[in-house]
Amino acid sequence: MHYLDHAATTPVLPEVADEILRVTTSDFGNPSSVHAAGRRAKAVVEDARDRVAAAVGASPGEIVFTGGGTEADNLAIKGATHKRRGDGNHVVVTAFEHHAVLDAARALTQSGFEVTKVPVEPDGSVDPHRVAEAVRPSTVLVSVMTVNNEIGTIQDLAAIGEAVRAANPRALVHTDAVQALGNLPVDLHAWGVALAAFAAHKAGGPKGVGALFVRAPVAVEPVLHGGGQERGLRSGTHNVAGIAGFGVAAEIAAKEVHEKSERVGALRDRLLDGIRGIVPDVVVNGGLVDRVAGNLNVCIPGTDGETMLLLLDAAGIACSSGSACASGALDPSHVLLALGVPKKLAKGSLRFSLGRTSTDEDVDAVLAALPEVVERARKVA
Amino acid sequence: MPRRKALVAMSGGVDSSVAAALLVDAGYDVTGVMLKLWKGDGANLGSGCCNLGAAEDARRVADALSIPFYVLNFAEHFEATVRRDFHEEYLAGRTPNPCVRCNHWVKFDALLDKADALGADALATGHYARVDHAGGRYRLRRGVDPTKDQSYVLWMLTQRQLARCLFPVGVQDKATTRAIAEELGLRTAHKPDSQEICFVRDGDFDAYVGESLPGAAVPGPILDVDGEVVGSHRGIGRYTIGQRKGLGIALGRPVFVTSIDAASNAITVGDRGDLATAEVTLTELSFVSAPPEGRVLVQYRAHGDAYPATIDGTSLRFDVPVEAAAPGQSAALYSIHDPDELVGGGIIQSTVPAIKTPVG
Repeated sequence: MHYLDHAATTPVLPEVADEILRVTTSDFGNPSSVHAAGRRAKAVVEDARDRVAAAVGASPGEIVFTGGGTEADNLAIKGATHKRRGDGNHVVVTAFEHHAVLDAARALTQSGFEVTKVPVEPDGSVDPHRVAEAVRPSTVLVSVMTVNNEIGTIQDLAAIGEAVRAANPRALVHTDAVQALGNLPVDLHAWGVALAAFAAHKAGGPKGVGALFVRAPVAVEPVLHGGGQERGLRSGTHNVAGIAGFGVAAEIAAKEVHEKSERVGALRDRLLDGIRGIVPDVVVNGGLVDRVAGNLNVCIPGTDGETMLLLLDAAGIACSSGSACASGALDPSHVLLALGVPKKLAKGSLRFSLGRTSTDEDVDAVLAALPEVVERARKVA
Repeated sequence: MPRRKALVAMSGGVDSSVAAALLVDAGYDVTGVMLKLWKGDGANLGSGCCNLGAAEDARRVADALSIPFYVLNFAEHFEATVRRDFHEEYLAGRTPNPCVRCNHWVKFDALLDKADALGADALATGHYARVDHAGGRYRLRRGVDPTKDQSYVLWMLTQRQLARCLFPVGVQDKATTRAIAEELGLRTAHKPDSQEICFVRDGDFDAYVGESLPGAAVPGPILDVDGEVVGSHRGIGRYTIGQRKGLGIALGRPVFVTSIDAASNAITVGDRGDLATAEVTLTELSFVSAPPEGRVLVQYRAHGDAYPATIDGTSLRFDVPVEAAAPGQSAALYSIHDPDELVGGGIIQSTVPAIKTPVG
């Protein structure tokens, strides 16, 4: 199989798999237990916290382990706004956020919050001035994703944070950084964000584990209540093995980020050149400059992404198109529509996301399959 | 020789599950697909098929058969064709059959094109009908199980489509289908049959009219055959020709809806004898191969009987008047020589009542 869908999830690194197996079988204790087995499990969790913190430019005390990226986004958005309810009832998000952010923000409207969606530029960037314009005295939280999951564009969070603080010094900036880890150097303190969400599985770690960075001394309210784990911010017995795997994955991701970006970027460029040779009128979605190296999102005019995706799948190539609903059916991507891509063109989109395991053979396979795939998909567009 | 590729339209029910299983068994390279027919996530919509639970069932069956499975998005197309037609027909006081329309415009048209694009040689469904090739042409025949036969909703199929269609369960009865599903351990083996219109939630058509067809939910008069007002109705979309129950009027004798007039928003009721139809005119006539001449058998309800009639151009004159044939309904035509062979069909455009026989 040619796996070109690393933005959906990544293969678990062998080192991570080893660590998960080791912890699962030998350190099975409950980190909240007082006895030796518990202490060992607790040590595993805290070691992982050190590693994750180091990988993202944070202090260990600022890392809250969660059950994934979506949970981290929900904790950030619901937890921070409810904590700061007295300060205001307004939230700012961008139009092309992941649904974990968009829908969490929408859920806030049921408890009296107002949400402003900031439009994004056609090249997939977020203009700090537009964000600042949306900020009001009542704004308590601004959420801008670090790297867009569909088009891979990278936002200048430092500039956005500065603009937000100039408009309202009390407004917090949250970033969904799920696609950032392993794809660009993450330095949360330098970016100046208050909150940031991560998911282990996007960077060679296991699914079902994530983290929320909560910059000291920012306070958030928990979403899950119970045993009071994670300093009360995320109750529930730790997924010790998963967290340990996350720690290993984060460390490797941070260590290899430059080398990986260089190698994957060259593959991505070759893929794009090849596609341009096959489909001269191909449209690249989002700018290519401020973009993670592995992402290529294109629209092929006059085609149907669903048909292309199925044909590529049959040819052993895994990529994606649009966004899948609960049943698995594809809808035109809200991200592409937010960029102003016409709906008909957006239907013919394909996202290839390359990663650590991608090879020249993967690129060759796509370029070999694409001419017939495009021709067939043009019949039903 | 490469294996023949078949796309199977799976609904999450037992029939299409077994259709897929039979094709796998016959050596086809099978891909299962479900059609998403409405916008949104569909978790709370519909009942019969195509909702989220049905998609999960179909997916699990496909997993059990080790075949790929996809949910294809036909929501916009379905909305623009089947649902739009359904609404327009009801607003015009007619009685449409959305399953017929879906077969005509979605399954055996847009989906067949998709099957082409995906390189599939054949498109299979779980319909109870049989296709065979005899005398240089494809024939479409009733399924062998008379209680489950679905050839009625396939009257618009022509040679071009039949050459590509497979109905694997049509050659067996429903009990056999369930037995096969059970033997294979398919989770859909004991799922009840769906009878309702798939996009009408819980089969509650009354509520659907209220929500989606406000123009057909406007109260108006109920008239008798002489034009006298004898009651009031709750919107023409809530009544069908031949309906007896739920009229809310007491005339001391059983009365039936005999006509629906959208222009005046009135429905007319009469005696059972007023439902007698001597002749119907068809539109959108379609034939499986050569048009039949002379006499045919006509079925105008999904599970109704077939009645002998004479076809002359677009008109059908019944040997003996039939009851409650309504404009908008599909009339499927079967061969007078072989009552199992479907020869074509059309949509009833208008009806000619029989001259009422005076009651003793």
